[in-house]
Amino acid sequence: MRTILYRSSAIALTAAVLAAGPVWAEKTLTIGMTAADIPRTSGQPDQGFEGNRFTGIPMYDALTHWDLSSETEASGIVPGLATAWEVNPDDTTKWTFTLREGVTFHDGSPFNAEAVVWNVQKVLDETALHFAPDQVGATKSRMPTLASARAIDDLTVELTTTQPDSFLPLNMTMLFMASPTHWQALYDAVDAAITDPKERAAAAWTAFTFDPSGTGPFEGDLFVPRERFEMVKNEAYWDPARTPTIDRVVLVPLPDSNARTAALLSGQVDWIEAPAPDAIPRIQSEGNVIYSNPQPHVWPWQLSFHEGSPWLDKRVRHAANLCVNREELQVLLGGYMGIPKGSVEPGHPWWGNPSFDIRYDPDTARALMSEAGFSADNPVQVKVQTSASGSGQMQPVTMNEYVQQSLADCFFDVELDVLEWNTVFTNWRKGAADESARGAHAINVSFATMDPFFAMVRFVSTETFPPVSNNWGLFGNDEFDALIADARTSFADADRDAALARLHTRIVEEAPFVWIAHDVGPRAMSPKVGNVTQPKNWFIDIAPMTIEE
Amino acid sequence: MISFILRRVVYTVPIMLGVSLVCFALVHISPGDPLVSILPPDASVELQEQMMAIYGFDRSYPEQFLRWLGRAVQGDLGNSIATGRPVATEVFNAVGNTLILAVTATIIGFTLGGLFGFVAGYFRDSWIDKLATAISVIGVSVPHYWLGMVMVIIFSVELRWLPATGAGPGGSSQWVWDWEHMQYLILPAITMSVIPMGIVARTVRALVADILQQEFVSGLRAKGLLDRGVLAHVIKNAAPTALAVMGLQLGYLLGGSILIETVFSWPGTGFLLGQAIFQRDLPLLQGTILVLAMFFVILNLLVDVAQTALDPRLQRG
Repeated sequence: MRTILYRSSAIALTAAVLAAGPVWAEKTLTIGMTAADIPRTSGQPDQGFEGNRFTGIPMYDALTHWDLSSETEASGIVPGLATAWEVNPDDTTKWTFTLREGVTFHDGSPFNAEAVVWNVQKVLDETALHFAPDQVGATKSRMPTLASARAIDDLTVELTTTQPDSFLPLNMTMLFMASPTHWQALYDAVDAAITDPKERAAAAWTAFTFDPSGTGPFEGDLFVPRERFEMVKNEAYWDPARTPTIDRVVLVPLPDSNARTAALLSGQVDWIEAPAPDAIPRIQSEGNVIYSNPQPHVWPWQLSFHEGSPWLDKRVRHAANLCVNREELQVLLGGYMGIPKGSVEPGHPWWGNPSFDIRYDPDTARALMSEAGFSADNPVQVKVQTSASGSGQMQPVTMNEYVQQSLADCFFDVELDVLEWNTVFTNWRKGAADESARGAHAINVSFATMDPFFAMVRFVSTETFPPVSNNWGLFGNDEFDALIADARTSFADADRDAALARLHTRIVEEAPFVWIAHDVGPRAMSPKVGNVTQPKNWFIDIAPMTIEE
Repeated sequence: MISFILRRVVYTVPIMLGVSLVCFALVHISPGDPLVSILPPDASVELQEQMMAIYGFDRSYPEQFLRWLGRAVQGDLGNSIATGRPVATEVFNAVGNTLILAVTATIIGFTLGGLFGFVAGYFRDSWIDKLATAISVIGVSVPHYWLGMVMVIIFSVELRWLPATGAGPGGSSQWVWDWEHMQYLILPAITMSVIPMGIVARTVRALVADILQQEFVSGLRAKGLLDRGVLAHVIKNAAPTALAVMGLQLGYLLGGSILIETVFSWPGTGFLLGQAIFQRDLPLLQGTILVLAMFFVILNLLVDVAQTALDPRLQRG
């Protein structure tokens, strides 16, 4: 009898296991970020572009998106939550955006024109209940001319700018759409003991960071401040091409590069950002893959045009650009550096056709310097302010010392003034004429070139002299102001790009920078991670990626 | 004794007030923009001024200090500028994580340090003494940042025995004392215990060696007391000084270690302090320093009381 019971139980168990089918294993991708904390999850991430990369684009959509599908072409913009947009020909400060139909937020509420208005108000309208001061900084300067939004109908919204601005569709990639309905529910759930509406709104935004709701391909699931953030796939995502196959993405802040490398090599994470260059051979020897591609990033010396600066002489500016052996510098950095030809590269829609070719040509450089009155016995004295470290600064001391040596061959006597990163950053806004420059003739602060304002306009306009923006070197004149105005008011994409190409052409020819390097954004991934496209962009799309268990 | 304790408690009030003032002043006189963590470098002057007003940094320092102190005494340390989250929650979560690490490191460090020190002092000038002294000197001298990295390379990367970073598979919020979580604790705790182990060992060695030279020990032996009884007297005499040193070491450990917690991504007070400094997050920085400083004040109070209980000679007036 006992034998029969055992056999029956065994058969029943086997049948149950077979009926249940194969054991389901969750596909999890774990990422070690360089950020020291989880970037904000409430819609407008902090922590620079790493924030947008990991808690912005995966969870939220914007009206326009960067096209991150090509490794070879410069990223352009494509429709996101807006399917079309056009400027009003009678009043070019007004834009009409047609919204995508049938999109819902993760909480199930519909995305519509009112939601766009609400998201514009969250960073621009101080009188709005949901105005979020801590999201303003990371947003407002990214869309400097956006003034307001108005719903025309459920799927049409009108955006107004303070001046005609053809850059607006590019800027709108940075305004992520959070769910107004979900925020209101969290606001209503705030402890009744808190009666001040501003305090209730702040508490609602804090709750939103733990329980976010956007329209993106991933939804927030678990948030442990400063330790990990977990997202799960949104199977109902509106774009089938970007509907994830990875079940869960885990973000871990690992600011120390050695800790990141150890985490990858020990199998704790599947992907690390910015591995230390000297660890790359070891990382590769374990079968991991390094992805890199020149990014819209420039590592330059921004030159001073203040009275008495040696850079006022164009021959000296050109000589410096011709005297840096960038190929050798690239070797010094283990190959992980792009060699610049300007602020954007040949093939980019804004490249143009500059007559000045940035290259390594020390003979021509020395000839130019001799013409300008300098020689080995009479070198030009140049002081450069830089930092010991900093976001996007790559390896500033090593690289600057290399450039210092390189330029010594062309009659430059370079003095480096190395300061703490935040101090240099603050000085960048004060300008070459300010005492914070400490007599420097150039400043070394790297920058992103994602959109025209950040790539070019702020460095060459007379309207962006310090302290308004980052024209540290006080470079600008009527010609450049006219080129900028032309670009801002050319509303057809092709016309705008052509105007920007004319601007870029003149920037390279006038050389208000010594262009030294582009970052190539190396990241290391386990061979388990598949379908990876590393675009020529600061961002990368996680949604189409795959992972083997 | 009670009046002594009460007097010591009353003394701590002006100390705490002074500590609060120093915390506030240190954070505000350091260079840097308090809004650097939320304002991009290209923020307009108008936006900067708008944000300064929203966060109250446009008010005078005395006004800012009084507002902060008024809230702090009610347990409200404000909100972090960088994250918007309440500072008190952030700090107390971090304190909890550092406690886990510090208590484990304390148990390892004080046990081994006490043992090595006692053995070395008891067998003074023997090879055991030299070995124990060498271990304690190494413990004090080795940079623990380096030691942490070496241990990660050996035990995580090469042998894959222990995890390299983090505070558990689901983060510290899900911490439980089981093997799955405790394996994350082993490397940082050992790394953190090395310095207190060395310091305690050196202190105990010197004390034991000194006490064994004293006449009362000879007297005890002459009275026929066995070694075990003599040792009990030695321990009792060494305890007040050793306790003071251990109290200070415990204070340092509870303060967390920026380096160790960064190497192992352990979300404690040192890690939090490091982030607050680099982000210029003034409310978070002030709140963390204040709580850590209060730890020292309270810990010193407890050590004073414990010392006085052990050695009545310290009780005066």
